[in-house]
Amino acid sequence: MSAELTLRGWLLAEIPKSKLQARCQRVFISWLSFRRNPIAMVGLLIVASLVGIAAMAPWITASDGLELHLANRLHAPGSEHWFGTDELGRDIFDRIIWGSRITLYIVGLVSIIVVPIGLLVGVVAGYLGGWVDTVLMRLTDIFLAFPRLILAMALVAALGPGLENAVLAIAVTTWSPFARIARAEALTIRNSEFILAARVQGVSTTGILIRHVTPLCMSSVIVRLTLDMAGIILTAAGLGFLGLGAQPPTPEWGAMISLGRQYLIDQWWVPTVPGIAILVVSLGFNLLGDGLRDVFDPKSGT
Amino acid sequence: MDDSTASGPQSIGPGQALSRNLVKVLGIVASISLTFIGLTAVTFVIGRVMPADPVLAIVGDRASNEVYQQVFLQLGLDKPIYIQYLRYLSQLAEGDLGTSIMTAQPVAEDILRFFPATLELATIATLLGIFVGVPMGVLAAVQQGRWPDHIVRVVGLVGYSAPIFWLGMVALLIFYAKLDWVAGPGRLDVIYDGIVEPATGILLIDAAMAGEWEIFDNALSHLILPASILGTFALAYISRMTRSFMLDQLSQEYILTARVKGIPEWKVIWNHAFRNVLVQLITIIGLTYASLLEGSVLTETVFSWPGIGLYITSSLFNNDMNAVLGGTIVVGVCFVGINLLSDLLYRMVDPRVR
Repeated sequence: MSAELTLRGWLLAEIPKSKLQARCQRVFISWLSFRRNPIAMVGLLIVASLVGIAAMAPWITASDGLELHLANRLHAPGSEHWFGTDELGRDIFDRIIWGSRITLYIVGLVSIIVVPIGLLVGVVAGYLGGWVDTVLMRLTDIFLAFPRLILAMALVAALGPGLENAVLAIAVTTWSPFARIARAEALTIRNSEFILAARVQGVSTTGILIRHVTPLCMSSVIVRLTLDMAGIILTAAGLGFLGLGAQPPTPEWGAMISLGRQYLIDQWWVPTVPGIAILVVSLGFNLLGDGLRDVFDPKSGT
Repeated sequence: MDDSTASGPQSIGPGQALSRNLVKVLGIVASISLTFIGLTAVTFVIGRVMPADPVLAIVGDRASNEVYQQVFLQLGLDKPIYIQYLRYLSQLAEGDLGTSIMTAQPVAEDILRFFPATLELATIATLLGIFVGVPMGVLAAVQQGRWPDHIVRVVGLVGYSAPIFWLGMVALLIFYAKLDWVAGPGRLDVIYDGIVEPATGILLIDAAMAGEWEIFDNALSHLILPASILGTFALAYISRMTRSFMLDQLSQEYILTARVKGIPEWKVIWNHAFRNVLVQLITIIGLTYASLLEGSVLTETVFSWPGIGLYITSSLFNNDMNAVLGGTIVVGVCFVGINLLSDLLYRMVDPRVR
């Protein structure tokens, strides 16, 4: 009890004594304000469960979701198969669980591609200004103006269907808002005194960009990323549904809906359950993103 | 900002305002043409540069040698790449999108045939989104923090988060297969096919003009479900933005002034706050409409709705790249065009931007 009190006291001390303490305090205070928002907490719970389920998949499931049991075709949901079985006798519950890994793989991979590109373009444009800014932002605007799903479809059509190509196509159509956000942040930071101080001390432009400007852009980029996650999941599922994303027998949720479509009328659970999974996860990311925005950027939150 | 700025007179002379507008409009036109060049550059790269053999991608692997050679020269693949791009641009400028393998017709003609169905679907969906979403957003803002507000927010978030193709399937299952309230996939029952002469291509209008009310009813019954599903997204976005704009206005001081003056609350809401929100909503509605034209791809696939989305997806499966890229360009141009239009409209209506 007293240990917790001191930890709390340390986290809420008026004057932080070290860099570490100051950082922990900032996180903790944000957390306190985040915790007061029940909707955001629901979102956090959903996203945390998704990660937990994906990590625990081998222990939760009875099968790998790929084995065929043709004798068990199209069983209705029940005690033996919680979500029923599909047209090849595979347990839908197990496939949903394994599919959570694919969902995380997609959003993770897209984020890894999109955030550095967006940051690079935006920070360089905002900090350097001038014609660099004009050229880079024109480029960004062009990509912002595109219809995203159709462009992703055309790209996958040219690259060939598949999970990795779908990820690439989504990344090409997703990076531009991040460049915009990073630029806006870099513009406000560029003329601060601490940047001037760093420059006077002889820190190179690259050093300033990486160590001083980029870290300050991160919070808005992360908020935007969380809000975009739902869109990424929905686009990936849409591509999967059209047969352009993950290929069978991969238990990708969109592809599962597409395969289950012909059983809609008589075995409704086959296409319905994966759809609920997509809905819950994308709702979770939306709720979490909304909450994060309220904490980090209370002005634009509504 | 006070009440008078919304409708008050301008202090700038008409000539000065005109020339300033002209500069702004020219700026927009320049950025639009840049976007268009970007769009065509991307489709050019996808269609001509990325495939290992763009000729094969267009003619298919069963074409004879002569056809192959002919297309090879037609694409100008013996020329440097920037010449190829310029040729591609000039072809586009003439409205030449190439020939579709699937229908063996010019892609531009195909698209003209398929486009009205998409237009019809997206228009009705947007209208649903406006007429349900705007009152919902206003209600939520007025009742902020109480249960109508929570309901509107949750409905909005679910509409935002649901995969639209799945929503369409579930709706078909419930309202068509189980309850039999509406007609199923497609635009018309087979027995009504080909009776009405396609004048506008928009079935509701064509049937009404021909006085075929039975067909009108049937078309409406086919339309209502896909339009509602597509409209769910519009509703989610529009109600969310309306709520946020209204909250913004209601916290302004002119609202307090109006209330203190004793103006009835409904008048404060609709005549004062909502008047200003309406202007902001123009951009939102434009954005929604443009994204619905695109979003209809998945809805059309689920409902077998013979629009441009279905055309693009079925071309995809036949490796019909001319058709896919032609569709992409047309949707892209509409997307950019509608955004431009709503931007211009906003400038015309909002005196602060003017």
